[in-house]
This record gives sequence, C-alpha cells and structure tokens, in this order.
Amino acid sequence: MEYTILILALPLLSFLLLGLAGTRLRPAAAGAVGTAVVAVVAAVSYMTAYAYFFTVGRGADGLYPTLTPWNTTWLPINDTLAIDMGIMLDPISVMMLVVISTVSLMVHVYSFGYMKGERGFQRYYAFLSLFTASMMGLVVATNIFQMYIFWELVGVSSYLLIGFYYTKKEAVAASKKAFIVTRFADLGFLIGILFYGYYAGTFSFTPQAEALAAAGMIIPLSLGLMFVGGAGKSAMFPLHIWLPDAMEGPTPVSALIHAATMVVAGVYLVARMFPLFIVYAPDVLHATAIVGAFTSFYAAVVACVQSDIKRVLAFSTISQIGFMIVALGVCTSADPHAGGLGYMASMFHLFTHAMFKALLFLGAGSIIHAVHSNEMSAMGGLRKYMPVTHATFLVACLAIAGIWPLSGFFSKDEILTACFAYSPAMGWVMTAIAGMTAFYMFRLYYGIFWGRENRALHAEHTPHESPLAMTLPLVVLAAITLGAGFIPFGHFVSSDGAAYDIHIDTTVAATSLCVAVAAIALATWMYARERQTAAESLARRFATLHTAAYHRFYIDEVYQFITHRVIFRCISTPIAWFDRNVVDGFMNLLARGANGASYAIRGMQSGSIQRYCIWFLGGALVLTIILLIIR
Amino acid sequence: MNILSLFPAIPLMMMLGLWISRNRTQILTVMVTGASLLLALAVWLVAAYLSQRNAGIADPMLFTDSRVWYAPLDIHYAVGVDGISVVMLLLSAIIVFTGTFASWRMQTAVKEYFMWFCLLSVGVFGYFISIDLFTMFMFYEVALIPMYLLIGVWGSGRKEYAAMKLTLMLMGGSALLLIGILGIYFGSGATTMNILEIAQADCIPVAQQRIWFPLVFVGFGVLGALFPFHTWSPDGHASAPTAVSMLHAGVLMKLGGYGCFRVAIFLMPEAAHELSWIFIILTAISVVYGALSACVQTDLKYINAYSSVSHCGLVLFAILMLNTTATTGAVMQMLSHGLMTALFFALIGMIYGRTHTRDVRQMSGLMRVVPFLAVGYVIAGLANLGLPGLSGFVAEMTIFNGAFMHADTFHRTVTILACTSIVITAVYILRVVGRILYGTCDNPEHLKLTDASWDERVAVIGLIVAVAGMGLAPMWISDTIRESVSGIMAHIMN
Repeated sequence: MEYTILILALPLLSFLLLGLAGTRLRPAAAGAVGTAVVAVVAAVSYMTAYAYFFTVGRGADGLYPTLTPWNTTWLPINDTLAIDMGIMLDPISVMMLVVISTVSLMVHVYSFGYMKGERGFQRYYAFLSLFTASMMGLVVATNIFQMYIFWELVGVSSYLLIGFYYTKKEAVAASKKAFIVTRFADLGFLIGILFYGYYAGTFSFTPQAEALAAAGMIIPLSLGLMFVGGAGKSAMFPLHIWLPDAMEGPTPVSALIHAATMVVAGVYLVARMFPLFIVYAPDVLHATAIVGAFTSFYAAVVACVQSDIKRVLAFSTISQIGFMIVALGVCTSADPHAGGLGYMASMFHLFTHAMFKALLFLGAGSIIHAVHSNEMSAMGGLRKYMPVTHATFLVACLAIAGIWPLSGFFSKDEILTACFAYSPAMGWVMTAIAGMTAFYMFRLYYGIFWGRENRALHAEHTPHESPLAMTLPLVVLAAITLGAGFIPFGHFVSSDGAAYDIHIDTTVAATSLCVAVAAIALATWMYARERQTAAESLARRFATLHTAAYHRFYIDEVYQFITHRVIFRCISTPIAWFDRNVVDGFMNLLARGANGASYAIRGMQSGSIQRYCIWFLGGALVLTIILLIIR
Repeated sequence: MNILSLFPAIPLMMMLGLWISRNRTQILTVMVTGASLLLALAVWLVAAYLSQRNAGIADPMLFTDSRVWYAPLDIHYAVGVDGISVVMLLLSAIIVFTGTFASWRMQTAVKEYFMWFCLLSVGVFGYFISIDLFTMFMFYEVALIPMYLLIGVWGSGRKEYAAMKLTLMLMGGSALLLIGILGIYFGSGATTMNILEIAQADCIPVAQQRIWFPLVFVGFGVLGALFPFHTWSPDGHASAPTAVSMLHAGVLMKLGGYGCFRVAIFLMPEAAHELSWIFIILTAISVVYGALSACVQTDLKYINAYSSVSHCGLVLFAILMLNTTATTGAVMQMLSHGLMTALFFALIGMIYGRTHTRDVRQMSGLMRVVPFLAVGYVIAGLANLGLPGLSGFVAEMTIFNGAFMHADTFHRTVTILACTSIVITAVYILRVVGRILYGTCDNPEHLKLTDASWDERVAVIGLIVAVAGMGLAPMWISDTIRESVSGIMAHIMN
C-alpha cells in the first residue's frame, strides 16, 4: 500500500504551492487547489481503509495486521536509537485517516462559502493543507517521536489558523495562548518520550518487554508525562484554557481542528499507548479517567451558562473529549469482554463525535454567517429563515444528547456501559454528565432557533440560509451522523484486535435515554418559549454560581496571575535586572577598577629623576628586607 | 598549495581587490565574487569530504598539511578538517555570503567596512581549518580584533562602549586561553603544538589538566556566552551593524563552542570528566536564565542576544555531556543557531533600517506593511522555538536525547531544566511576533514602508532555505558530524 504516501505528500505539496504562490494565485484557484488535493487525499484514505479492512483483512490469527508501507530513518540518535519517519496502518490509524479526511474535505468545501471574499483566502487554504498533512502524519506515525514531531506541527498550524485574523487583538492573544499552553504540556510529553526512549531503547510503539520490565517505575512515569502532553492538546482540566479562546479562529477551523481532529489527538495518543498503559501503568490509566471525568463535568457546567454559541460548543467539545478519556481510563484489561470495552467505546465516540461536532460547528458557522454575531442574544427564532441549518443542527443536537438511533447514542452507550462495568459511581457520574450535555445542547438549540427573535437586529438584516457550498457539507455530515451508529465499529476496532459485536446493554441504554429525554424536556420547558422566566429566576437565585460558571470558575484569571504576575514580574524582570546590574555591573566594576588604579598610580610617572631615584632605592630596600626575612 | 588554505586566502585576496577598487560597483563586485567563491568552495569541500569518507578513508582529519612556521616553539601552519570543521566552514561561508547581501546598502566608508569584514572572515576560516594550537589561537585573535572597529565605527547606539566592552571581555578570555594553551604545550612535553599529536600522545598529567582545563574552557566559553561572562553579547549585538551581528552571533560565537570541544575536552578529557559538573551548572543557568531574560526585553536585538545566550548555552551544555549524541547535537545546534540567528539579525537590521526603531513597543501590525520581512521573521521565530521541519528542532532533540543518556539524578535534573527552555523560548518569540507583526499598524509613518528589496531577499531566502533544508533532511549532516565525533569520543573514553 505504498500509495498511502500520497496522503502525506499531497497536502504538503499543496501547502508549499499555496504558501509560495501566495496572492499571485487567484483566491478561487487557491481554494480549488486545496480542495481538490483534499478530495484526492480523502479518496486515497477511503481506498486505504477499504483495502486495509477488506482486501488485506484479518490475518491467520484473526487480527488485523499492522502494516508499515513506509519507514525510513530520519535522524539517528545513537547506534541503537533513531527517529524514524513512516506510515503505519493499523485499525485506529486507518479509522483516523477516514475521520480526518472526511471532516477536512467538508471543511474545505464549506470554507468556499464561509470565507468568500476574506482577505488572505490563499493563506487560509495553505494553512488548512499544512494542518491536514500534519494531522495525517500524526495518526500514521510509526513511532512516538514521529508522533511528537507532527504533534508540534499540528500545534503550529492551529496557532496560525487561530491567529488567521491577525489584525484582531483577541485572535492574536488566543493564538499565542493556545501555542504556549500546549507547548507547556508538550514539555511533559517530550520528557516522557526521552524517558521512554532511554529505558525502552526504542521510540517504537512495540518495545521489548524485558526492557520495560527492567525500567520499573519509570515507565508509568513516562506514560504519565506523555499523558500531560495529551491533556494539553485535548484540553483536559486544567490545561483546557486555550480551547475556548481558540474560537477566535474562523469557524470552519474550529470545526476541523478544535472539535473533530486535533483536540482528540490526546485521546489518540492514549489509545496508541494503550497496550503499554494497560500492562505497565494501569494506575496511571485510571488516574486519567478521573481527570477526564472531572474535566467533563466542569466543562458541562460551564457550557450551561455561556452565551457565545461557539463557546458553548467549545466547552461541549471539552466535555465530550472527557468522555473519551474516561472510556479509555476505565479499561482494566485488553479484553473487550472483560473490562476492555472502553477502548472500543472511546474510539467509536471519537469517530461519531468528530462527525456531529464538526456538523455543530459548521452549523454554528452558518448561523454566524447569517446574523454576523456569535452571541445568542442576536439569534432566536432562526428556524424559519434557515431550514437546512436548523434541520441538520437538530440532528447533531439529538446525536450528542444520545437519542436513538443517532450515532451519538451508540457510542455514548458503550462508554456508559464501560463505566458501569468499572464502577457504578463512575457510571452514574457519567450518566449525569450525559444528561447535562443534553440539557445545555438543547438550551443552545432553543436559544438559536426558537425563543424570542431579535427583531430589532433582524429588521436591518434579515437572516438568510447559507449558500450551497455551506449547506452541502452540513447535509453530508448529518447523513453520516444519522447512519454511523449502525456501523459495526467493534468489528474494525477493539482493544485486543479481535472482532467485537456491539450489543446494547438495555438497562444502561434505557437509563441514559430517560435521562437525556428528561434533560431535553427540561430544556424545552425552560428555553423554548418567548420568555425564559424559569432560567432567569434560577440565574438570580444562584447568582454567585452563575457568574462563576460564566467566568469559567476564574481558571483563566489564575493563569493570568501566574504568567504575568509571577513569571514576568517576579522571575523574568528580576533576572533581567540582575543581569544588567549585578553580572554586568561586576564587569563594569572591574573596568572601572582598572581605570581607577591606573589614575591612582600614574602620578609615579612624573618624569622627575629625583622621584624615580627614591622609588628605586625604596624598592631595592624592600626587596632586600624581604630576601633577608625569607632566609 | 593545500585546498584548505584557499579559505583564508580568498578573503585576503578580496581585501586586496577591495583596496584597489575605485567605486561602489567594484567593491560590491569583489565582495559578491569572493563570497560566492567561498560558498562554492565550502560546498565543494563538503562533497569532497563526504566522497573521501565514503571511499573509506578513516583518518581523523582529511586534507591535512603542515608547514613549519616557528620551529623553536614547534609552531606549524597545520591544517585539516573533519566532519565538525567541514560543517562549520559551510556555515561560515553561508553567513559571509548572506552577510554581504545584508550589507548591500551600507553608506559610510564602504571600502573600509568590507575590508574589516574580510579580515574577520580570514580569522574565522583560518580558525576552523587549523589543527595547530598556536595557529588556531592566532586566527582566533584575527577574528576578534576587527569586531572592535566594525562596532565602534559602523555601529549604532552606545557603540564605543559596546565595542570596548566586547573587546575587553573577549581579550580577557584570550588571556586565559593563551595561558591554557601554553600550559597544554609545556604540560604535554613541549614537543608539538599539533592538536592531533598532543591528543595521540595523551601525556598531560591530570594534576596539570585540572589547572589548564578551566582556563581554556572559560577562555573559549567567554565567546560562547558562558554565564556569567556573557554580558558583552547583548550590548555588542545591539550596537553592531546588521552584517556584523550576523557574523558575530552566527559564526563568531561558534568559535567558542568549537574551541571548547576541540581543545579543552579533546586534549584534557580526564579533567573534563572531573570538572564538567561545575560547567554543566553554569551552562544550564545560561540556558534558562538567557531565555527568561529575553522575555522582558524591549529591544529586538537584546531579545535576540539573550536568546543567543540561551541557545549557545545549550551548545556548551551538550558538549559537557561528553557523549557522542549530545556532542553531535551541539555541533548541529551551532550550525542551526548560526543560521537562524543570522536570519534573525538580518531581518532585525532590515526592519530597523525602515522603522528606525528596535523597540517592540513602538511597532505593530508590520505584517500588512512589509509582508515578506514579516513572514521571514515568523519563520525565523518558529525555527528558534524549535519547530520540527526547521533546523532548531533536530539540534535540540539530539542534544536532549544525548543528555538523557546519563541516568544519574544530577544530569537528569539539569537536562529537564534545560528542556524547559523550549517553553520559555516560545513565550518570548510569540510575544514579539504578536506585538510587532500582528495587530494593526498604529504609526502612520510605518504605513509608508516598502517591503524587502532584491538584495535583502537574497539574504533572507538563502538563510531560510538553509534552515529548512537542515530541518527537513538532518540525516546527512548528523551522520557527517557523528562520524567524526564518535572517533573523538572513542579516544576520550580511553
């Protein structure tokens, strides 16, 4: 399957072409090149997936083989250790290829409409190509270092795209924040990799068991540090702060990078290292479940009170990624029938979430395109103006709320089953968060499409349905969301590689369905009407909590304090002062001392013979005395 | 004549050519011809070197030659190159070439400026080809002195102060160095100044090494911006004209790291082993301290100078790890830092030439006004913060991996400390980029600026290609260096 190299090479070439040609290329031409390339990449990805799952199929041992059609040494470290670059195909990487190329293609098409007439259209498509190439490189990585390399590259593409509107102050600040926060997390990742490389003696995902066993507690430490990197990219608490701000980027970018693909890189990383986690560091794995559950809860609470629709979706993304992390974290073995179900559930949810969350973001983009605002106050009653957006958005909301027969129901059900199998407490917590998800998503839905219409605003500018370039991707993604639940996902991806039949656990399914329906009913009662008395009185009643949640519990302020007050004011500034005044001051002091000394003794060179004679005799006398004493 | 002697000979001939040139055109013709010849020669040398190695020639040094220069002290004009010096020669040639273009619009005393520039090149090239201690030292001094005049005459700001400070501090280092070199010469039995022969004989008593090693290491370390002897760097760079900053940060600071390895560690390995911890602490401080200082600077050149302290600190840090991987990384870092910092200084010079300020608080929104320079600056910044695909990443990763091969707590701690610089670097780079390039341009004067001219584009594109080339295909550079380093390491470990 050597042709898979095209998946990496084509977007990279397209990035170079679009980046170098710049504005010499007409905007439409640049967009066409970018989109055509991604269309080819998508075709190749589907071909790869078909070939991998059906033509190559399962081997004699009943497992899908791990293929490496490309692998080459990129940078040797020492005689045994080297950083390789290559392509590795296994069930999860092939699944990711399909996800990324599908969403990327949809976003490319959508952007034709959404970004039309924007300055820097060419640059936009160049960066999208760069992102696609990097993300593909990340998922097909043959070793952890290659993953890190592309990890950094998706980070920089994200930075460039968040800061796409670089004349906007907030966008610049958001892009900087995103890069630095994830960089900080990547420091953990890097150190984890360095430990891993040293003790495992390789960067590959399948090290020698003896080497790992000999390393003892270092391997859990290293995996934990890697998870820090994953937590940064996947916006786990408390490293989540960059993601809501990242919404300053163009909305299609949020759909692609900050909802469907890049932010799940952390989940993918844990899934990739899963065989090691489960054997060498089960405690670390379970700890990640706690992190995931807390993040999920926190984000769900915050999402309930945000007024900016993209922020609601951002927190919903954080919350859903929390679900995926929890699903991986509750695994107790690699056997899906005995405690390993979470792995499959997590990947399944990653897949379905990518589709419906991209749909939600693209729908939000369509709405923002129509009303020129992100605030819910500018919306309300939009269903009659934007029928397609409304219908597809509703599908996505139902999916994320976990209503049968939409895709989200199936994947979330598997996650909840896995949680209940791990511990009932975890199961109930996650069920409750699933209920909150349904609530805030329908609060959002009603706020946008029902409720009170902002007539004053709409009088000046009547909202309108978006052009075909934008509605087409919505319809496609909605169709996938409708059907994806029926994919026998366990047949392709499972923790031990053997085929696993997804069966619905009726108790869990019934509970979660009831909770979801109740939450939707509550949201309907509170938000569907013209006046939202219940919501307002609740907000007044719990004013402190409401304000705190609206300000995301002031986590950003804490960071602000640490970076500006502590690091800049209390560390960097004193160091710079110390350097100028103490270190350099000492050097200047030496110079001044030398200067002063020469001034002091220059009187001796007076030119008068008598004076010289006295010095001469005096010196001779002193020397004689010294010599005598030494004797 | 030995082919290597062409390296110092070409700049000498360029000086001659400059001397007889009558006008600006002739001067520039001489410079461009000479610089292109040097670059071609360096590229040819790399090719020739690699083909000889591939042919299986395993001598530690190739293209060697030795002529008696001053017999009573066994001083020879001895030259030769290995993988490390070949790479450094290539770097120097690239910087001289691009520096020429970056000096294109020099107005005052052009002829004299370029003559000093060439003399500096003589010193740099001579230094990298020398394998005789004294000849090496001589070329080292030849490279330092022109700096005084280049900054003092053609500089800006507090140029006399900066020039004096830089020269005095580096001369102070040279004094230590001279003592150290004489110590090595007499300590090894006073029979030869040839580095290879001294290393082969391996006869400097350990008690003496303990004295001479710190002297030599600090002597070279001053030029390599070793904490606390780095303070010449911010002032010197800030006052120097563009091309001089490029050469200074790009090549001259590398003389320090190169010397530390080639002389201090190669000739006195026992002392290096014993005393490395002291210098590891100092260099780890350099790495973090330089980066943190850079975070709060407001002058573009100061930011870069402190960034250089941090990155060059990493070079010395890696050398002190005393293993093949880290040292290979150190040489790669020298190359990488040389290229990207030259790119930075070139761009800063170009921006300063337009806006007449280097204060980050007085600039904003330059991306719209001068897109070419701005994009160049972003790329330089990304290289600096270690983005994969650009040169900084491969060097840093090799160093960190190498440093991680020491499993004891001390090495682990300092390595992790040094690793934090990748975050701090991101902070100060993005701060500047966000500040001066993004946003809207507030200053109406700045709206009239014109983007890069063709000569500036040559310099910028040349350096970007080199930075990206090294970052994308690091294998051959790494292999070239590693081969020589592993030979030296094998010798040291015995």
